[in-house]
Amino acid sequence: MATQSAAAEFARRQQSPLQRIQHVLHGYPWLSPLFILVIAFISFTLLNPRFASASSLGLLLQQTAVIAALAIGQTLIILTAGIDLSVGAIAILSMMVMATLAKDGGLNAVLALLVGLALAVAAGLLNGLLVTRLNLPPFIVTLGTLSIFTALALLYSGGSSIQADHLPPLLNVLGEGFGPRGGFRLTWGVVAVGVMYAIVGFALSQTAWGRHVYAVGDDRESARLSGVATGRVLLAVYTVAGLIYGFAAWVLIGRSGAATPNAIVDANLSSITAVVIGGTSLFGGRGRLIGTLIGALIVQSLAFGLSLAGIDQQYRVLATGVLVIVAVSVDQWIRKVKA
Amino acid sequence: MSTDAVPTSADAALPRGGTLATSEPSSDRGEPVLSARGLVKTFGRVVGLDGVDLDLYPGEVFAVIGDNGAGKSTLIKCLSGALEPDSGEIRLDGKVVHFKRPQDARDSGIETVYQQLAVIPALDIASNLYLAREERRPGPLGSVLRMLDKKGMRVRAGESVRGLGIQTIQNMAQPVETLSGGQRQAVAVSRAAAFGGKVVILDEPTAALGVREGNQVLEMIRQLRDKGLGIILISHNMPHVWEVADRIHIQRLGGRAGVITPSSHTMTDGVAIMTGAMKLEQ
Amino acid sequence: MQRSLPPAFPRRLGRRALVAVASCSLLLGAAACGSDSGSGAGSSGGSTGGSGEKIGVALITKDSTNPFFVAMQKGAKADADKNNVNLTVASGKAEGDDAGQITAIEDAVARGDKGILITPMSTGVNAAMKKARDAGLYVIALDTPPDPADTVDITFATNNREAGKLDGQWAAAQLAGKPATIALLDLFNDKIVSVDYNRDQGFLEGMGIDVKDPKKNGDEDATGKYTGGKGGDYTIVCNEAGQGAEDGGRTAMEKCLSKNPDINLVYTINEPTAVGANGALQAQGKTALIVSVDGGCAGVKSVKDGVIGATAQQYPLKMATLGMEAIAKIATGGAKPSVSPGLDFYNTGVALVTDKPVDGVTSITSDQGSKICWGN
Repeated sequence: MATQSAAAEFARRQQSPLQRIQHVLHGYPWLSPLFILVIAFISFTLLNPRFASASSLGLLLQQTAVIAALAIGQTLIILTAGIDLSVGAIAILSMMVMATLAKDGGLNAVLALLVGLALAVAAGLLNGLLVTRLNLPPFIVTLGTLSIFTALALLYSGGSSIQADHLPPLLNVLGEGFGPRGGFRLTWGVVAVGVMYAIVGFALSQTAWGRHVYAVGDDRESARLSGVATGRVLLAVYTVAGLIYGFAAWVLIGRSGAATPNAIVDANLSSITAVVIGGTSLFGGRGRLIGTLIGALIVQSLAFGLSLAGIDQQYRVLATGVLVIVAVSVDQWIRKVKA
Repeated sequence: MSTDAVPTSADAALPRGGTLATSEPSSDRGEPVLSARGLVKTFGRVVGLDGVDLDLYPGEVFAVIGDNGAGKSTLIKCLSGALEPDSGEIRLDGKVVHFKRPQDARDSGIETVYQQLAVIPALDIASNLYLAREERRPGPLGSVLRMLDKKGMRVRAGESVRGLGIQTIQNMAQPVETLSGGQRQAVAVSRAAAFGGKVVILDEPTAALGVREGNQVLEMIRQLRDKGLGIILISHNMPHVWEVADRIHIQRLGGRAGVITPSSHTMTDGVAIMTGAMKLEQ
Repeated sequence: MQRSLPPAFPRRLGRRALVAVASCSLLLGAAACGSDSGSGAGSSGGSTGGSGEKIGVALITKDSTNPFFVAMQKGAKADADKNNVNLTVASGKAEGDDAGQITAIEDAVARGDKGILITPMSTGVNAAMKKARDAGLYVIALDTPPDPADTVDITFATNNREAGKLDGQWAAAQLAGKPATIALLDLFNDKIVSVDYNRDQGFLEGMGIDVKDPKKNGDEDATGKYTGGKGGDYTIVCNEAGQGAEDGGRTAMEKCLSKNPDINLVYTINEPTAVGANGALQAQGKTALIVSVDGGCAGVKSVKDGVIGATAQQYPLKMATLGMEAIAKIATGGAKPSVSPGLDFYNTGVALVTDKPVDGVTSITSDQGSKICWGN
């Protein structure tokens, strides 16, 4: 048939190398952030060979862990075309409650941890209920709950921090390192975050629930008409995100060596940056979780690499801003490809 | 496939309900797969349906035409579970049914292809076909880990699509957003056909399409009919209706103005009955 | 059926690619060329050889917006070359960002620096500082001693107690026996930091008021007698927190005035707070004696303008420079610095700046103060 051969011809057409790259990147959207990460690694190693040393790489992973964990929850929510500004606040609230309960041999460590996690889940659930039952835009809901949870954390903790030596080993354990000192050293927190990525990544790509998350984000009404329980999916997403923030709080205690109510300033922006650089669309329905991990690594590599090169703080902040724009532009360029 | 041109008066299935219905082909097609009696639906003071009757037989294309506001959408939504009628009775294969939400109708074997298609652009064709009905892998991978059988779904989706005679969509892993309007329609219809056990309702399937793609959709509709499904087709496109329908239900002012066939009446007659300029004679 | 062909690739794609590549190059170019004044493009990192190998030092402040820390950073950078130091500046994102300082400390170790100068955010960074010392870096705390003080090798700081005391002594002398209705505008009310209680309690001690617990603000008697100057009655109206900023200072002062509109003496933790407090007073048509601490150039000007009666001037640049010199010395085999006699830190000095000197309290004029002030 004439039309077949025309279509086939088109498929077989000569593509310039750039078009070929673009085509491949379109099929695997997380390759583009990976590409940027590799470029960053090479550049920073050239600037300072210490960047590529085993100890530096281990350190990089440790520094990325907390934001990377928070970004998992943020990814889920952004995939549903929402956004979560309360991400840091929930983590802080959970952290302060866990720590205050367990302080100086108070509540049993396991119980304190569970209460903290349960509180984070409840906070996420609250966000979800406000979004699904009251039909309020996620931006507005989480803008409000951001203040509410921050205030609750400050009120509950009295603004004071709790040092690691007042806390039971269970709460500090994710800060424990393993591996040779001066060599590639990781903390259990890094491992925990890796496990979280594996589990949530699996759910998103290999289960029906994951598909429903994408469907709800891409076209909520069509999903509903097709029989997807959109309300339940959204509620689940916010609740799961809450649980993830709770685990991130646990990792944070280990990393900081303390539970402080002022930790992770502007975690919401950092997590959103990681998600966006990782190729996930703010409009929902598109993106891969692995992209978020790469995005978080890119941001931290930039900070770390510039720091190793002796660049001052202010330039690093500037560079991160430029990076976001560049990364998103490249991503937009890739999306121009059709099949 | 019966398309009798000669109306018979000895029509046992003649419905009641405020209109003069003639031009019914003979009832030698067995029992209706879907029938409605006296459907009433009001929205406050506005009367959407004023006691409408309807019979749909297996293996026929039953078109519903009518002017805006006549109640076509309301009628369809009552049949597809999107709305609950205030009174009246709906029977599926002779048994009375109550649909409280779209999922109930779907579970009973009635599939609806909405005007906006309800496909997810970012997902691929196979994912769309199986949306909300995904199939899991056999064994513990499926039951414990709830892993999807992606390959299997893709294969079966391909079979479904080709079974409707659609040759131009080859790759089931292609995202729907890369398809043309007609191809997306094909995907939506394939979805209905794959799962619609008994009835498929199509709401303005050719409205947004060009000539060639529109004809392809009509061909798909014929294929579905030939499989023995009952097809309800809502359309404003008279030429298409006259081309593919076996019987035509004319909805007017909340009630049924009549049921005709393409051979018993012309398009002009149909439009006239629709607008009230003409009344069906017994 | 003809499949609709995708649009032909627009030419602007090529341009977009160029933009992306250019931006990346810009980034890396800025990285390579934009390193601090001390080092050339290729010598960053401290691990490269070559003659005159520089000593890596990290300066880690609490944030990079507070003029105090900005002045510290600028002063240190200006002196880095003189001391053969390759200085890297870092900070938290804001007051309370422990994790930011922890990361900066780790980076310093990874970079191979020989020492760290740090204004510790809180006890949350203690573990990281300890790890740095274990890795062989010499850690000096600036301006604020950590808790406990031996978390670092040594602290170079202002004697904040003395600063407060100078203010208190001056105020008492100025009052010449009149009753003092006092507003105390502190830094925080939701956490306890040493600079806060040292200056506040120092001021009260300078006034000759019983401070009860010398490490706690707000536990003094609300009324009583002060013994400084000619002695007299005092009333403490309030302890409010202004967060160390102008707007906070104004709000705090307004709260105090609504409790007692006759306040005639205001102690402020720093000069921005004082300016805010003055704003509140003026808005209500009142005046009061305002004392403060810091001695930044803007604050000294406030003294000259009569907004602030007296301020205790401290020397952040000196802290940073002395710290850098100390590390440079140690790195080349020299002796470690030691604490000032009678104190558990190295005193970098404080002087009272006022245009209304009083007997018994040494002070310098605002003109003299503006010559050695920090900031702009």
